[in-house]
Amino acid sequence: MSKVLVVTSGKGGVGKTTTTAALGAALAQRGDKVVVVDFDVGLRNLDLVMGAERRVVFDLINVVQGVAKLPQALIRDKRLENLWLLPASQTRDKDALTEEGVGKVIADLRSRFDWVICDSPAGIERGASMAMRFADEAVIVTNPEVSSVRDSDRIIGMLDSKTVRAEKGERVEKHILITRYDPSRAARGEMLTIDDILEILATPLLGIIPESQDVLKASNVGTPVTLSNADGAPARAYIDAAKRLCGENVTMHVPAERRGLMDRLLRRRAA
Amino acid sequence: MSMGLLRLLRGKKASAPVARERLQILLAHERGMRGQPDLLGVLREEILAVVSKHVTLDPTKVIVRLERGDEVSTLEVDIEVPNDFERKKVAVA
Repeated sequence: MSKVLVVTSGKGGVGKTTTTAALGAALAQRGDKVVVVDFDVGLRNLDLVMGAERRVVFDLINVVQGVAKLPQALIRDKRLENLWLLPASQTRDKDALTEEGVGKVIADLRSRFDWVICDSPAGIERGASMAMRFADEAVIVTNPEVSSVRDSDRIIGMLDSKTVRAEKGERVEKHILITRYDPSRAARGEMLTIDDILEILATPLLGIIPESQDVLKASNVGTPVTLSNADGAPARAYIDAAKRLCGENVTMHVPAERRGLMDRLLRRRAA
Repeated sequence: MSMGLLRLLRGKKASAPVARERLQILLAHERGMRGQPDLLGVLREEILAVVSKHVTLDPTKVIVRLERGDEVSTLEVDIEVPNDFERKKVAVA
């Protein structure tokens, strides 16, 4: 049975594309057949984060408009044979995403893949609403910061009213993924806590991705972070999140401050 | 506990509780507004229509603002009218 999952947030720069690539790779490694779809028309980046930027020939808009067939536009990952990418167009306008056209492409993808993961653009306009329109489940990427939480709340409202499922009276299953979590700042009371965020958004938690150099390094080399440093903290957190998406019960690991005593003393003196 | 102790030693106030409180108040309000027509927009249009019956107005000079207070809120309507509007009306009549 295939599932359409949207990775969304409202706010930009919180880690949607990183998350799409990381969860896509983690699910594919489990043996599921996965396609990641870039909905950020005009500002595509999933191809770059996946390391497939030089292999793009056709894109989502070409398929929506019937210029290319779906198999022509799909790019198979070089590392994982179960993982595919459907890139966004870099030149077209987001208005080219018609609801009917997107619906047909999603239906076609459903018949070919176990997971269709839609990477939403930031904002609440056409690209974002098309990315969530046909979703069964949603991962709402949230940073522990006021503007991100507010935008997540707005997106949750849209998921509950503007999706096909919502209009049929069904639910889109929603999950919060907290990214860029900095345990030392949380310990100092400078950052919204996990409990604060979950209480405010009243949505269950899928995982907590710690702030880490690994994420930038992974995008630098065009590899999903779950593959580039599979033992690192963010990769492990993403792999656990992927397991939870598959219904596994995995203990939630809250990233803890890992500073030596000397670090702490030096920090305090510097502050 | 250790968080609180650490804070006490450093003599700094945590900003996260402030963030939580501000968000809770804001989102309670925003959730209530969802799906509602844009009240200020509607008020502005209707006020503009009424006043325009009698005075020639520049629509961009009509400002409707809602200031939220703890106890009561105030609706502020600011309409700029040209100084010679009465003469104009007479001239038209």
